[in-house]
Amino acid sequence: MTAQEIHDLLKERFGDAVTAAKLENVPDPFAVVAADRVRDIALFCRDDERLRFDYLMCLSGVDYKGKFGVTYHLHSLTHRHKFVLKVEVPADAPNVPSVESVWRTADWHEREAFDLYGIVFTGHPDLRRILLPYDWEGHPLRKDYQVPEFYNGMRVPY
Amino acid sequence: MGLLDQRFESSNVVVTTMDKLLNWARLSSLWQMQFGLACCAIEMMAASASHFDMMRFGVIPRATPRQCDVMIVSGTVTLKMASRIKRLYDQMSEPRYVISMGSCANCGGPYWEHGYHVLKGVDRVIPVDVYVPGCPPRPEALIEGLIKLQEKIRNESLAQKKAV
Repeated sequence: MTAQEIHDLLKERFGDAVTAAKLENVPDPFAVVAADRVRDIALFCRDDERLRFDYLMCLSGVDYKGKFGVTYHLHSLTHRHKFVLKVEVPADAPNVPSVESVWRTADWHEREAFDLYGIVFTGHPDLRRILLPYDWEGHPLRKDYQVPEFYNGMRVPY
Repeated sequence: MGLLDQRFESSNVVVTTMDKLLNWARLSSLWQMQFGLACCAIEMMAASASHFDMMRFGVIPRATPRQCDVMIVSGTVTLKMASRIKRLYDQMSEPRYVISMGSCANCGGPYWEHGYHVLKGVDRVIPVDVYVPGCPPRPEALIEGLIKLQEKIRNESLAQKKAV
């Protein structure tokens, strides 16, 4: 299916939950969807016969300054088509439903986005830091992150 | 040598100082702490492999710090890893030596400004004997560093205790 057809299918099924889209003149056509519906949409994308997005290529966090985003790169090994879903949440309540139950790949990807951006994936079975030490403070890939002067007695700046 | 000159009947006797004997033994069998941190480890492995063959200098990789004489810090030292490195260094028996290999271990390398997670030089947690520059250094450079360390050990003395 083309990106336009995928978008129309999602729009038809979920209506207002698909809030925006850019389907032409971009390397990866995407649709912005409502954060609270993202698990339902993900499940539909995986299970619908016409879509069959059986592979989550990447899940990434984004800091848009003032709000956070999560980007899902989907690929269908069955139909050989791709699509991108995007979600935006306010910075003061960065909660996104977990898609770990849809694609097991999302487990560690969501832990990484939580570790580095502090995005909370509700419903995730084991939302711990994955890269940084457990006693680390803050989420370093946030735009407003300040590098600490010391970590466990070791000076951090050059 | 006047005191001992012509005093031995057979010729299979070598006269030397304790310092020279110990230093010779130490510099000839520098067993190496076997771990790699980043891309420098690839060069370190190449230096150990047949083409460069560090074993001809007596460098044998060991899997436990208790059997090691030299720690080659080969790669980026993250803050998470730094406390592990400190512990491994403490577990090595004296005399122990450290070669800091590559720009990251020397001073933070490309992560010097924006690397919130990188220790800016492994000498902030353990004392370093030889710094090998490069990103990553070629195996020849690491072997040069090793020979520098051997020179350093050759000039050590029991009378002058090492600062560690």
